[in-house]
Amino acid sequence: MTSMTDRLSARFAACSNAGRAALITFVTAGDPTVAATPAILDALVEGGADVIELGMPFTDPMADGPAIELANLRSLGSGTKTKDIFALATAFRLRHPETPLVLMGYANPMLVRGSQWFADQCRAAGVDGVICVDVPPEEDAEIGPALRAAGIHLIRLATPTTDAARLPTVLNGASGFLYHVAVAGITGKQQAAQAAVEQAVAKLKAATNLPIAVGFGVRSAEQAAAIGRVADGVVVGSAIVDIVGSHGDAAAPFVRDFVATLRGALNANSPHFRETAA
Amino acid sequence: MTDTISLPNSLRSQPDASGHFGAFGGRYVAETLMPLILELEKVYREARQDPAFDAEFTQLLRSYVGRPNPLYYAGRLTEALRAGAEPGKGAKIYLKREELNHTGAHKINNCIGQALLARRMGKRKVIAETGAGQHGVATATVAALFGMECKIFMGAKDVERQKPNVFRMKLLGAEVIPVVSGSQTLKDAMNDALRHWVSNVHDTFYIIGTAAGPHPYPELVRDFQSIIGKEAREQILEIEGRLPDMLIAPVGGGSNAIGLFHPFLDDAEVKMIGVEAAGEGLAGKHAASLAGGKSGVLHGNRTYLLQDEDGQITEAHSISAGLDYPGIGPEHSWLHEIGRVQYMPITDDEALASFQKLSALEGIIPALESAHAIASAEKVAPTLDADQILIVNLSGRGDKDIFTVASALGVEI
Repeated sequence: MTSMTDRLSARFAACSNAGRAALITFVTAGDPTVAATPAILDALVEGGADVIELGMPFTDPMADGPAIELANLRSLGSGTKTKDIFALATAFRLRHPETPLVLMGYANPMLVRGSQWFADQCRAAGVDGVICVDVPPEEDAEIGPALRAAGIHLIRLATPTTDAARLPTVLNGASGFLYHVAVAGITGKQQAAQAAVEQAVAKLKAATNLPIAVGFGVRSAEQAAAIGRVADGVVVGSAIVDIVGSHGDAAAPFVRDFVATLRGALNANSPHFRETAA
Repeated sequence: MTDTISLPNSLRSQPDASGHFGAFGGRYVAETLMPLILELEKVYREARQDPAFDAEFTQLLRSYVGRPNPLYYAGRLTEALRAGAEPGKGAKIYLKREELNHTGAHKINNCIGQALLARRMGKRKVIAETGAGQHGVATATVAALFGMECKIFMGAKDVERQKPNVFRMKLLGAEVIPVVSGSQTLKDAMNDALRHWVSNVHDTFYIIGTAAGPHPYPELVRDFQSIIGKEAREQILEIEGRLPDMLIAPVGGGSNAIGLFHPFLDDAEVKMIGVEAAGEGLAGKHAASLAGGKSGVLHGNRTYLLQDEDGQITEAHSISAGLDYPGIGPEHSWLHEIGRVQYMPITDDEALASFQKLSALEGIIPALESAHAIASAEKVAPTLDADQILIVNLSGRGDKDIFTVASALGVEI
């Protein structure tokens, strides 16, 4: 899996060397339109995002809160098709050869033409990893083997309900990074207590060498900074999606500015991180 | 998934250890829910081994639900169909009277069973999704019976068009939460119930209303509903001294149908028809997942779904709110693929006609769901010999549907 062209591993390593957490940002593909998405993706990169999660819209996003659910419906309402998402990914890869791109979504749109088709499309488009919210390790055969054969990371989720006995099941077949869902809930709602996040990350780090990214409920630069002190990556989704929801086609500059504040907060951790590590 | 289907020795031994019925079923849920699903499976296995669990379930079905309900020979319907059939044709039609249960449908069987499991798991809060409100009323009823806190998720459109059931649920002490997302109907209610559940897994039990969702739900709902088929089997043996030639039941998610069918699956001589809602016809808006859909993943299981070429779920339509869902229980998908059960589409108009026909001929107002099965029987019975026996599952009573039917017939009440 790890190769010279493994953009995810390279980026986490670079962030680690810089003494800061990676900034992972999420937007929904085709929100508000397919035409508006490239500028929003560019804004994420310009603002300082290290990894881009591109959401594949689904009619029934049952793990998502209102912000991302509405983004899914806006995207589908404006006519986004799966082929458009791969076209967006392909074009992104040409504009940003080094920035890792992860597709995140639900099983049905990924599997409707077969996992082999999906994995082939991901590889051809230069997608680095996939997060499939509703395929737990128990159903890995649906998607895992095809992605691994295509050299695409299958990124698994660990949650507050994933106990020590279950964690090895989650880690078996996980690659790229481990996504720690900080709250038992849906995206964009409650915030996790910092102490709970620290405890969880420590447990995960003891169990795996994969980078640990923390997401769900991270909405502000302050929160990102606090989580960035303990985790290898911080995921921000709903807060960015809300900006897209408010500004629509004109969202790109607002997205860039917000992402820049998140990145600034993570950068500011860097000296502190080195001091405490020393 | 395999290319060839190898049939097990018994068709009643599904699902396998990982919750699959052939290529269908499984556990497609967010990681947050997986530990709870696994615990539910463990608790369910223990409960099935515990004679006290079965004793309490059976006792409540008798004293609270009113079981066993009758298997009734529908003589006037039988004769009416014989009158239009060739000489010597026209099967004897029996109705399994699930509509006589407390709360007026089969739904309560499952709710009693799941409430017992919730109590066994130490959960004091229950949630449920509902379309027309029948499963919501049944869940609110058992929540009252067991002294549990109850939230019912219901599409905002359904809240508006099912006001009597909304009021019933509130009377029973439940909180009804209108769901304003998506199409504001049953599938969106299920999405929001899942969202609530994932945020409250520590103290909340989700009483799923049909034989669908992540394993072990399709299995345990089927097992609780199998009382329908067990009773029908005993009753027909007592009345006729032999097994029936055919069973017919309506299928939305398919819990009443699988409950009737399952105890007969290994009796090769018993044919079975599951009736899907064809709405305005298969060329238009409908809810026939098997006839008009294909395999996909939604709401925790792999099964037949109405979807477009990108895997986006398309909206279902049926005049019967209980059948108005774009999926079907995974065991039905499997029984369809292996050919053990035939599935027949029936349109809104056909169901409306049978709704009126059964009311007038037998003095029984069927639920619109059940009227679909009656319509199917009207087509099939005249093709069978007069000494053949057909059992139709009368899954619910039609009082809830009189406003819908009146409106469809252009009558103001």
